Amino acid sequence: MRPFPSIITTATSIAALLGSLALAPVAVSAQEAEASAAEQGKQVAFDRRKGNCLACHAVEGGDMTGNIGPPLVAMKARFPDKARLRAQIWDSTKANPNSIMPPFGRHQVLTEKEIDQIVEYMYTL
Amino acid sequence: MKQLLTMAVAVGLMGSVPIVAQATPEQDMKEYQAHYHKRFPNVPHDDFINGLYALDPEKRSQWEAIEDFPPYTVAVEEGEKLFNTPFANGKTYASCFKNGGIGIKQDYPYFDTKTGQVKTIELEINECRVKNGEKPLGYQKGDIASISAYMSWTSRGNTINVKIPNDPRALAAYESGKEHYYAKRGQLNMSCADCHVSYPGYYVRANILSPGLGQTSHFPTFRSKWQNMGTLHRRYGGCNRQVRAASFDPQSEEYRNLEYFHTYMSNGLEINGPGSRM
Ligand code: HEC
Ligand code: HEC
Repeated sequence: MRPFPSIITTATSIAALLGSLALAPVAVSAQEAEASAAEQGKQVAFDRRKGNCLACHAVEGGDMTGNIGPPLVAMKARFPDKARLRAQIWDSTKANPNSIMPPFGRHQVLTEKEIDQIVEYMYTL
Repeated sequence: MKQLLTMAVAVGLMGSVPIVAQATPEQDMKEYQAHYHKRFPNVPHDDFINGLYALDPEKRSQWEAIEDFPPYTVAVEEGEKLFNTPFANGKTYASCFKNGGIGIKQDYPYFDTKTGQVKTIELEINECRVKNGEKPLGYQKGDIASISAYMSWTSRGNTINVKIPNDPRALAAYESGKEHYYAKRGQLNMSCADCHVSYPGYYVRANILSPGLGQTSHFPTFRSKWQNMGTLHRRYGGCNRQVRAASFDPQSEEYRNLEYFHTYMSNGLEINGPGSRM
């Protein structure tokens, strides 16, 4: 199908270009996919309008971090069960009803996809 | 979404209000103050009026340097002038308050048995204006903050002495303020108590959280971020909004009741308003 050049915005064509580059040779390996999800997860975690995790947690590479919650280190060792880590972020009040940590999934502060990305990122810490 | 949040708030509320149902205000206050004494054994009781500066020596010395030339002096002078300038009918603010309005801040807010409402000093400043044929002032900053600053200034050193009369409506107002204080709210699901009871002294980003005890003693306050004076209810609105909760109108019944509870918790501390905060 031949697209109408006039209705393709520069942005979408760049996105398409990037998309096809990413898919380039054959398919992304599972490892690469996780790496980019983790990369995006880091952005979501650091973004003040999104996760803003640094408000309360020390995280490697973050400055002026808060100390209300424990430093986020060695996450794979502390949460060998990925689902438990995800559950902590999705609704912290399950484990501690008085938790000051926002229930990011239950209150739709973040999307399900963004939470998945953060979980991947946490596993790199 | 809105419904979901309201539900969540209600559930949060059940989780966070102490189960010791209907402790007397007096018991609440003793427990509240004891919590901070235990948490900060090295902070003298009277120092809690200095907020986070009572906890952090470095920030305290920066703040004390600011207090050498306090940024609220202009507002106090302006407030004194406004306070003493007669209305069009020839009367002044002094005619509306006991003791001519001088040295009375420590008794506010109080429960007015006539109207069944909590009265704050800002509310009565406007009631005084309206009674004398003047337009009411905005409640967050500007002239009202200056007049209130002057009234605090003349009350410095007096001891906060908020009373809960033996009237079910007064108790209900107190309980409503207490509920606001302990209820998780907003998309971020946090209560006032989460930040100022559970985590005073901790950092949220680069901000140190102040203890709830003593928070009302120094309002209105000149805040560097605002670059002018703000009333207590202006601050309440900011603290509600930062957890993405809807704020209430300044001087709404909700905030007056909150101020009633919040100030009662600091009974026995000195008024040191107006204040300055970095
Ligand atoms: C307002 C403060 C606050 C924010 C914001 C916050 N947390 Fe937390 N977090 C806490 C506290 C406090 C705890 C300790 C457990 C508790 O009280 O619920 C905690 C616990 C955790 C834990 C469990 C750590 C362990 O070792 O048990 C993880 C994982 C976590 N947070 C991840 C995050 C992520 C990811 C974000 C951002 C998307 C985030 N937190 C944002 C306060 C916060
Ligand atoms: C997300 C955490 C958070 C929540 C929730 C929160 N506050 Fe605050 N509050 C702060 C921060 C940060 C400051 C500025 C530093 C300080 O003085 O504590 C502050 C400042 C204040 C001050 C000024 C203190 C001073 O010494 O001048 C008052 C009063 C106050 N908060 C009351 C409240 C009340 C009442 C609520 C609930 C309606 C509330 N806060 C909820 C974080 C919070």
